[in-house]
Amino acid sequence: MSRVLTQAGRTGTGRVGAALAALVILFAALWMGAAIGETAIPFKTVAQTVANRLWNAGYPLAPIDEGIIWSYRLSRAVVAASCGAALALSGAVLQSLLRNPLADPYILGISAGASTGAVSVAILGVGAGMLTLPLGAFIGALVAFVLVSLLAVKAGRGTAAIILAGVAGSQLFNALTSFIVTKAATAEQARGIMFWLLGNLSGVRWPDAWLAVPATLLGLVVCLWHARPLDAFTFGSESAASLGISVRRTYFALVGVSAMMTAVMVSIVGSIGFVGLVIPHAARMLVGVRHGVLLPAAALIGAVFMILADILSRVLIPGQVLPIGVITALVGAPAFALILGQRRDRA
Amino acid sequence: MTLSASRVSWSAGGVDILKEVSLTVETGEFLGIIGPNGSGKTSLMSLISGIRKPKRGEVLLDGFPIGTLGRRTVAQRLALVEQQAETGERITARQAVELGRTPYLGTLSPWSPEDDEIVEAALENVDMAHLADRLWHTLSGGERQRLHIARALAQQSKILLLDEPTNHLDIGHQISLLDLVRRQDLTVVAALHDLNHAAMFCDRIAVMQAGRLVALGRPREVLTVERIRTVFGIEVEVEHDFDGSCSIRYRARRPRPLAAIAAAGV
Ligand SMILES: Nc1ncnc2c1ncn2[C@@H]1O[C@H](COP(=O)(O)OP(=O)(O)OP(=O)(O)O)[C@@H](O)[C@H]1O
Ligand SMILES: [Mg+2]
Repeated sequence: MSRVLTQAGRTGTGRVGAALAALVILFAALWMGAAIGETAIPFKTVAQTVANRLWNAGYPLAPIDEGIIWSYRLSRAVVAASCGAALALSGAVLQSLLRNPLADPYILGISAGASTGAVSVAILGVGAGMLTLPLGAFIGALVAFVLVSLLAVKAGRGTAAIILAGVAGSQLFNALTSFIVTKAATAEQARGIMFWLLGNLSGVRWPDAWLAVPATLLGLVVCLWHARPLDAFTFGSESAASLGISVRRTYFALVGVSAMMTAVMVSIVGSIGFVGLVIPHAARMLVGVRHGVLLPAAALIGAVFMILADILSRVLIPGQVLPIGVITALVGAPAFALILGQRRDRA
Repeated sequence: MTLSASRVSWSAGGVDILKEVSLTVETGEFLGIIGPNGSGKTSLMSLISGIRKPKRGEVLLDGFPIGTLGRRTVAQRLALVEQQAETGERITARQAVELGRTPYLGTLSPWSPEDDEIVEAALENVDMAHLADRLWHTLSGGERQRLHIARALAQQSKILLLDEPTNHLDIGHQISLLDLVRRQDLTVVAALHDLNHAAMFCDRIAVMQAGRLVALGRPREVLTVERIRTVFGIEVEVEHDFDGSCSIRYRARRPRPLAAIAAAGV
């Protein structure tokens, strides 16, 4: 199967066809995300709402339905999709680059740093009202990433260094977060922060989408641009160098863009586990290891998965919204176990 | 295509690993590098392939310092087979060989049927075409090694650097692989452990010891009883054939105890 896909991926028509199919799947998922919820809204109404808003089509609709769809569900579905795509892409890229199947976007300490940034703003009041919680999270993510990178450079060459530095950085920032929460937070604040840390999409509106979508698209383009260099990392960085890849430049570009995407996503929705870890493996099983095909596949699967997870989080318990991170972990952990089993069977 | 190192030194972790090595690779020759474990063969390979930068001295490829040529240009002129290169990815044998085309591919020069032909030919060349669709982790060590060679051949460079290319191979494949490499119209630099292989296939042999190049020349000039004793610490007999080639017979350091000979019934 992967050979067929590989061949298809190399012909122009095959590529266009695949891209169209991917867009259709993505739009279908977005459509579902907008239609399904506590109050089910007919698919037709969704389409009419979009037509009204985008082209002033003038369909007579109940303002409340239109409001729910446009301002609440659709923006949420779009952010979910970007977030899933971005996390899956970062995971796929980092796994290949660091040659470690357990690498995921959070391995760089980014989500831990974001959490610390978020609690500093929300609980300690850092920034004196100038900083919003997402902005605090973003700054925290960047600080953590820079710190982890410095640590990795100090720890020496090789891919193990950055993973170890990431683990150390994560521990440090998680400890800081716990410290701040236990020291300063009221019970109410602590609960809110917990909810945020687990990842949740409930506050998401269109301005968030205008941040998430461009970040994801930029990431996708940079990653795809490096698809072939990533292939060349199959046998390690020295082998990549001997195949004509500028290892350092590739490293900086890809780790940088992964960090950027992750920081943006964490600052909008909190840290959502397992997507960046599991989706790339699922994509590899489906389409093979060649990055020209693998990266878009991972992005698509990640996007669709997150939309579906978001739907589940809204309808699973009537009248209550679960943090989406709970859903992704509940689905992701068994899926990961399954994938690990499969790998062993076939090995 | 010329490749040369002039007085290159390299150190890692505060230890000098290569000390003032100078070496010119002649076009079209098969140059062997021999030396005990840790003598610096692999380090020398990574310097002359441009993967590592020397601390002092310089490596010239076609007259230019190798660091000033782009990585891609270098990869089109020079291919390297590492001593150890493994992957956990589920790639097929063919995909591993296809990586060899990387230095020629780009946004403006996508994969073409010609690349397919080159890959196919490289697979045939190392006798791996029948296993082309097998997954990497299902292949034996020797089969993987042959695929690494095929990848280097698919790179279509004029210079081939091989770090212990006969690792993992059975004796039949060892000989046929060296023979195959020799038959290509290429300049080859190969780190070898078997002195007889070095004697059989190399035009010249470089001997490394503790980071220094201690001898360089034709096999029968280099492979002498005294030198092998000082470098490897073993006793050998060297037989010179009438055609100018030589072969080496290893001798046990101490004669076998008589009791063991008696027990074996001989
Ligand atoms: N990155 C490094 N850091 C520290 N020491 C190193 C490094 N790379 C190599 N060395 C040391 O340099 C010496 C030469 O290593 P090298 O790999 O070049 O030897 P070699 O001749 O290829 O040996 P072998 O026959 O075992 O392959 C060894 O003592 C090794 O431990
Ligand atoms: Mg070596």
